[in-house]
Amino acid sequence: MLDALREQIGLTGTKKGCDHGQCGACTVHVDGERMLSCLLLVEAVNGSEITTIEGIADADGELHPMQQAFIDHDALQCGYCTPGQIMSAIACVSEGHAESKIEIQEFMSGNLCRCGAYAQIIEAIAQVRNFDARTQTPSPD
Amino acid sequence: MTPFRYEHAANRADAIIRVGQSGAQFIAGGTSQVDLMKEGVQQLTVLVDIARIGLDVITRLDGGGLGIGSNVKNAAAADHPTLRQRYPAITEAIQAGASQQIRNRASMAGNPLQRTRCPYLRDPAQPCNKRDPGSGCAAVIGFNRTQAIFGQTDRGPRDPATCIAVHPSDLAVALSAHDAVLVIESPSGERRIGFDELLRLPGDDPSRDTNLAYDDLITAIELPAFSGRSHYLKVRDRASYAYALVSCAVVLDMADDGHGDRIVAGRVALGSVAAKPWRVQEAEALLAGERPSAALFAEVAERMVAGARTYSMNGYKVPLSHALILRGLMETSGLEPLAGPSGTAFAASVGGMGGTAALEHVA
Repeated sequence: MLDALREQIGLTGTKKGCDHGQCGACTVHVDGERMLSCLLLVEAVNGSEITTIEGIADADGELHPMQQAFIDHDALQCGYCTPGQIMSAIACVSEGHAESKIEIQEFMSGNLCRCGAYAQIIEAIAQVRNFDARTQTPSPD
Repeated sequence: MTPFRYEHAANRADAIIRVGQSGAQFIAGGTSQVDLMKEGVQQLTVLVDIARIGLDVITRLDGGGLGIGSNVKNAAAADHPTLRQRYPAITEAIQAGASQQIRNRASMAGNPLQRTRCPYLRDPAQPCNKRDPGSGCAAVIGFNRTQAIFGQTDRGPRDPATCIAVHPSDLAVALSAHDAVLVIESPSGERRIGFDELLRLPGDDPSRDTNLAYDDLITAIELPAFSGRSHYLKVRDRASYAYALVSCAVVLDMADDGHGDRIVAGRVALGSVAAKPWRVQEAEALLAGERPSAALFAEVAERMVAGARTYSMNGYKVPLSHALILRGLMETSGLEPLAGPSGTAFAASVGGMGGTAALEHVA
């Protein structure tokens, strides 16, 4: 699926990092669940709805709250892992696995960031869940 | 990747007929299989997709057990309330393995069928008796830090039987300790086998990972009725998302005889130390009828690691196994607290996201 997205359809937002399911850069949503596109054969999910990083902002261009949170917290350096991080983070919240800092750490462990922006990524996800990852307290309104 | 044909099976019988074609194999989640095909380790010509034939629910069995359909996703099983409450070692093992992206895709029957992560299997430029039968074993004179300490076949690097690989599945270790049963459908009908009969030691033929025939279709994993305690512990090189260096599943049936807890029966399985989950019946027998104590558990651990065969880089697995068995028994019996909520990765990850923070912040 990763090659189909990038090379055939031209949706290059989904990144190829390791191509072996070790880095999370190719994370997409299949019927709303996060999966690794590098380990998926297209025919296996024929009929499913696939959402990539290109599909999460509003039609009028307003960013998804998770995209905005990554900007607010400077949650990237080189940016290569970022589409996969954001797709994974959106699902992490919707699954209910982003209720605390350590839960975010555990359930985001499939997305590697070689620049080491983890602390800011955790803060960005916490912002979307309305808490401060540093103090573990609810965000001020 | 070599060219292959992709076929969707309509039902179980159709799947078993289709897999009879030359070069065919079942595919469910495919998270391990697709990677092996991309690396040129497996050259399949027909993939028979069994993901659309049902087998995707968890049901209560007569007699109080639980039946897990072979196509249930790992993530769905980990979140199943009854499974988590009554068989916590299993959900702990699932959550401590892979990542949520992979757990969302990987199936419950597929997980124990994944192949070893021995680096030489995945490098077609190196000899490997599992990949190319008869080519020899590079691991036995190479990088052996992650390799087996029990049950290996080692007759030197050129021997066609030599293999010192370990099985990587966390789930398999917990299923072994829980004495799971596999329901298998084949052209000759349906049969049940104990989970410990699924995976095999290398023996004289390391190319065979399992005792299944190519057209054996696992349809369910059945868990016998259980009301005791169970727990899984995993040590790895990083806090999360890495294969185990050593892991340990403990299952204890306890009863209060009026003077405190007594162990009715106990089972212990070690992971990442052999080509299958490692059980030692004589060690488990020491637990029956005894009161839980550190001294008893140390005796069990001693008995389990006796006879280990180590290599230049993996000697650490012996004391690590001993420590993990001891800790697993202490925590499962209640003599020591769990590092996190039972049934979650936070209880299972040694040195990972556990400890008091987990207890305070994970609902």
